Amino acid sequence: MIEIKGITKQFGKKPVVEDVSVTIEQGTITSFIGPNGAGKSTLLSMVSRLLDADTGEVLLDKNNVKRWKSTEFAKRVSILRQANFINVRLTVRELVAFGRYPYSKGRLTSEDEKFVDQAIEYMNLADMQDKFLDELSGGQKQRAFIAMVIAQDTDYILLDEPLNNLDMKHSVQIMKILRKLVDELGRTVVIVLHDINFASVYSDRIVALKNGKLVKNGPTNEIINSEALRDIYDMDIPIQEQNGCRICVYFNSHT
Amino acid sequence: MRLWMLLIAATILSIISLFIGAIDIKVSDLFDWNSDETQIFLISRVPRLMAIILAGAGMSIAGLIMQALSRNKFVSPTTAGTLDAAKLGILISMLFITNVTYTQQVLFSFAFALVGTLVFMQILNRIKFKDAIFVPLIGIMYGNILSSITTFFAYEADLIQNISAWLMGSFTLIISGRYELLYVSIPVIILAYLYANKFTVAGMGEEFAKNLGLSYKVVLNIGLVLVAIISTTVVLTVGVIPFLGLIVPNIVSIYLGDNLRKTIPHTMLLGVVFLLICDIIGRIIIHPYEIPVNVTVAVIGSAIFLIMLFRGRAYAK
Repeated sequence: MIEIKGITKQFGKKPVVEDVSVTIEQGTITSFIGPNGAGKSTLLSMVSRLLDADTGEVLLDKNNVKRWKSTEFAKRVSILRQANFINVRLTVRELVAFGRYPYSKGRLTSEDEKFVDQAIEYMNLADMQDKFLDELSGGQKQRAFIAMVIAQDTDYILLDEPLNNLDMKHSVQIMKILRKLVDELGRTVVIVLHDINFASVYSDRIVALKNGKLVKNGPTNEIINSEALRDIYDMDIPIQEQNGCRICVYFNSHT
Repeated sequence: MRLWMLLIAATILSIISLFIGAIDIKVSDLFDWNSDETQIFLISRVPRLMAIILAGAGMSIAGLIMQALSRNKFVSPTTAGTLDAAKLGILISMLFITNVTYTQQVLFSFAFALVGTLVFMQILNRIKFKDAIFVPLIGIMYGNILSSITTFFAYEADLIQNISAWLMGSFTLIISGRYELLYVSIPVIILAYLYANKFTVAGMGEEFAKNLGLSYKVVLNIGLVLVAIISTTVVLTVGVIPFLGLIVPNIVSIYLGDNLRKTIPHTMLLGVVFLLICDIIGRIIIHPYEIPVNVTVAVIGSAIFLIMLFRGRAYAK
């Protein structure tokens, strides 16, 4: 279990995250939503130790994340940020194999190879596993990075806006895979999302932030309603129900 | 390109390198241990070959490590101020220590190369506009500033002659007893190979490295120390060889990718092959005289570099 307890982060004098407490429940998809500058990514960075909190703490299995040994932590929690999408020329398979780094330090055992094979299989990358990353499309690249995270075999997978720059088809594909990771493999996914409807359709729980403060935290259907959304986004957003999914129709609402 | 092709090319070029020069040496001369030819072979030709091999491999690996760690394809010891800082270090040691020893020069040069590279990495961290071309331009400017400081003080202290000797990369003066420092790069290259996976992971950025549980800063510093050691040994024995650390890793990256565990052997051998070719050309063109290797490397290297720039801008991004 990951517990975020009264966490605060300032950049200069400006508080970016202020006294946020959230518990991430195991076996769920939790979405972090909120307007630009709400502190979603910063919060995710602190959970994954990429950033240190100024005050407050993040606990993984009751232990402060700062006290975890970095390789042990890397076997429990993985994070994928956009900054990861860089121009290093690795083949898909090499990249996925680096997911095993916390276990093998790069010298793959046959067990590691099995994890790599499975992850590649899972993300449907078998036929392009020997291609270089810079030869892939945005969606394929994203899948390759997720395959790496799958090979890393962590209980918790944190993703910072993984749908950025993806078209609708690939966005849906990625979200369905994340759903499968939770439902079939029992992983826990925490994801920063910009599109409220992806959060509504695919996540179990939603954490809403605004100006660095926690405004809502609860099961998806408690958050996706016009009232709660007004508090988060300062917009009147009508909700329409479609095959059991709640869709927020925000395109022409008054602001 | 396969590794064995590079290996064969390096072997053939090595043999050619051993048997060209002002004095004609035949294989049969070597059977007589006391002949002049054998002496020249052992005192001049073999050391020269070893120096070329070690400098070629070392500089290419140094460039490879720097490119991985700075995440920029055009960063290398000659485009990040490393070699200029090393030169400044030697000058400082000569200015401030009377009867400076070789060891002291080595240590000063190493310390300056290390600090100089660290400063460049800090500059790199601070600039917002990280264009693939812009970054090495800054590095070259930075190197030139260091270099002009060196030249100024060298002029004041009447040491210009010494300075220009380091500036000019050349194997002409390499004889037995004057190049052995280069052997230090052998353990360094082995270390680089052992750290290859860590460098690759670090090359994907601090956050990526942290995600995989790698202590980024430690790996970064180890990499820069290795680069500084190699640069120091090369500057003190051979002098500055431009372009080598820049183009060789890039050529390998184009056909083999950026997985250092895979590319280090290729980069090493290609560096050796390239430097051997340049040195042999320099020795043949105005035979029995020589053109210093830095000139041939600069001419061939800049041509290759320009081709890379024009064709590979997209690739380098």
